[in-house]
Amino acid sequence: MAAKAHSVEHVVMTGHIVDSLLLSKVLDSIRSRGGKYHLHGLVLGENPDDISTASIEVIADTPDQLQAILKEIHPHGAVPRHPHDVKTVVADVDGAFPDGFYCSTNFRTEIRVHGKWIEVLDQEMDCGIRLDGESARCIPMTAVAKGDCIVVGQNGIRVFPPDAEIRRHELFEFMASPVSSERPKGVSVREIAAAMKRAKAAGEKVMAVLGPAVVHTGGGEHVVELIRRGLIDVIFAGNALATHDLEQALYGTSLGVSFDRGLPTSEGHEHHLRAINSIRRWGGIAKAVESGHVKSGIMHEAVKRKIPFVLCGSIRDDGPLPEVITDILASQTEMRKHIPGTGFCLMVATTLHSIAVGNLLPAWIKVACVDINPATVTKLMDRGSSQTVGIVSDAEPFLRSLVAEIAKSS
Amino acid sequence: MNRSLGAVRDLAFRQWTKLRETIQSLGATVEILPPQPGLPDLVFTANAGLIFHDRFFSSRFKHDVRARESPHFDAWFAANGFTVMHFPENHYHEGAGDALFCGEILFAGYRTRSDVLSHQWLAEQCGVQCLPLELVNPRFYHLDTCFCPLAPGIALYHPDAFDTYGRRVLHTHVPTLIPVNDAESLRFGCNAVAIGKTVIHNSGCPELARRIEEIGFRSVEVELDEFLKAGGSAKCLTLRLDGEEAASWRGHETNHPESTKPPG
Repeated sequence: MAAKAHSVEHVVMTGHIVDSLLLSKVLDSIRSRGGKYHLHGLVLGENPDDISTASIEVIADTPDQLQAILKEIHPHGAVPRHPHDVKTVVADVDGAFPDGFYCSTNFRTEIRVHGKWIEVLDQEMDCGIRLDGESARCIPMTAVAKGDCIVVGQNGIRVFPPDAEIRRHELFEFMASPVSSERPKGVSVREIAAAMKRAKAAGEKVMAVLGPAVVHTGGGEHVVELIRRGLIDVIFAGNALATHDLEQALYGTSLGVSFDRGLPTSEGHEHHLRAINSIRRWGGIAKAVESGHVKSGIMHEAVKRKIPFVLCGSIRDDGPLPEVITDILASQTEMRKHIPGTGFCLMVATTLHSIAVGNLLPAWIKVACVDINPATVTKLMDRGSSQTVGIVSDAEPFLRSLVAEIAKSS
Repeated sequence: MNRSLGAVRDLAFRQWTKLRETIQSLGATVEILPPQPGLPDLVFTANAGLIFHDRFFSSRFKHDVRARESPHFDAWFAANGFTVMHFPENHYHEGAGDALFCGEILFAGYRTRSDVLSHQWLAEQCGVQCLPLELVNPRFYHLDTCFCPLAPGIALYHPDAFDTYGRRVLHTHVPTLIPVNDAESLRFGCNAVAIGKTVIHNSGCPELARRIEEIGFRSVEVELDEFLKAGGSAKCLTLRLDGEEAASWRGHETNHPESTKPPG
């Protein structure tokens, strides 16, 4: 959940606010009462007759302090930008929003209800907002039930892009860095390791989104190490990652390629199918681990340490494994359950799942996206999350460096 | 104002008449608004509204006793060739008492009676630059009690009626600012009527008179103490129909038939 230590209100001033010194007066007034401000927009008129407009975010430590400041600056022409409550319409059908519904971003959002600003829970992009009495949350289209109170229009809604909350000089501050394979990785890996540790120290969860290349390239043992060190709290993946991880545990190969010799084995192309089949016969991954059939690997470590995993099916799956959720909407619902409390998300070697998870996450959760394909990394960064760091790299070398970095600084 | 000091009716009428005659002696035409029962402050016509060319922006008063004056003012201006305009709801404004042109700029007083937003609305309607000034001294509750433009770039003012911001704005935008001392300001010396190069003000302001003459204007004193008790003086009792002396726009064409002949 986004940290919200302050009381905030947005005010607007228009007129000859610079020449009349009214803008200075208001800003001085805010400061002298112990508040802070953020000038969101200052549009200066060009000629003496033209007016100027200032959009000011007023920040105070307590609601009372905020009200006192607002009361003092109001006579000087600083008026609330949102003088109205949010507007809602009752949903008339299941599974669809009313026309004109407000479409959410992944930024922290508040709506004004009975004159008070309340935080919208479960922040997620491309959703609507449902108001239940005095609480509000983002809901996807499919979750709308007839009779739900849905926010419409643009009034009484304010959105807080995370840029305003970033003040530190770290890698994650440089959001606009271009994606390129030709960048020093050491810094990136160091920052990711540090971010993961910080999240854990703050009591937040670390989420890992993993593609099958993690196992193919030999990165499975590094993921196991991360789990052992308590640095992964939930895994999102597909059928393939789990399948080849189990194939490795059972046959020592992935897609039939031996980990010892790096060469395809005879009849190796059947190993993954036999692995899926065996798991199905044993009653699932958890049972396979508990009964001792599966003795190593990512799934094994996750089951042993009770790390939850959500496996989402796709149209090209073999099998699939029993734990794979084949209903897409059910998968999304299951994934959403794990998002609250997450502080960091590491995405390695999967385009599909990275984008799917990226779309579910609120903007303030830091994301690191690692892929050998620059297009995947670009795509993730373009989606609008300003908190994504992209690294163009093969999966195993990255994971190896990450584990080394974490071990170094432990 | 101090209503507990009852104004002596006859004396007040004599003082008012003297003011009117003084104005007429300068060649100006005076229109009279008939008094109305129950409207004791109707005499302070400066607050009727703000005039800009042929538009009359009718005041929106905070207090009911003055709000009831507005229909009378509106009727007069409509009948005399002006377009009557109204401020939006919840936009309080007390006319030429709180907004005064000095050159191109409309200086405006806010806090006690008029709102900043009203001034800004007005400025937008007229297409002029408006510089609102906070009136920080409750005794000077209208701008015209502490600020008086005499000509473009020249004005009287009482420094203590404003805060540092206000004083800085005035010093920046009015090249010749004449300060009026405490004693004479309390006699509402700043509440003066400028016609041509003559400045009519309350009696008992010798220092003010001297400063006015120093810059080449003519000072004329009229005793208006009965009105001081009600919180007003010369300027408050008048409303310039063809644009204030110091307003740049009055050099331009107006539709209004009355005009001021320059003093001989």
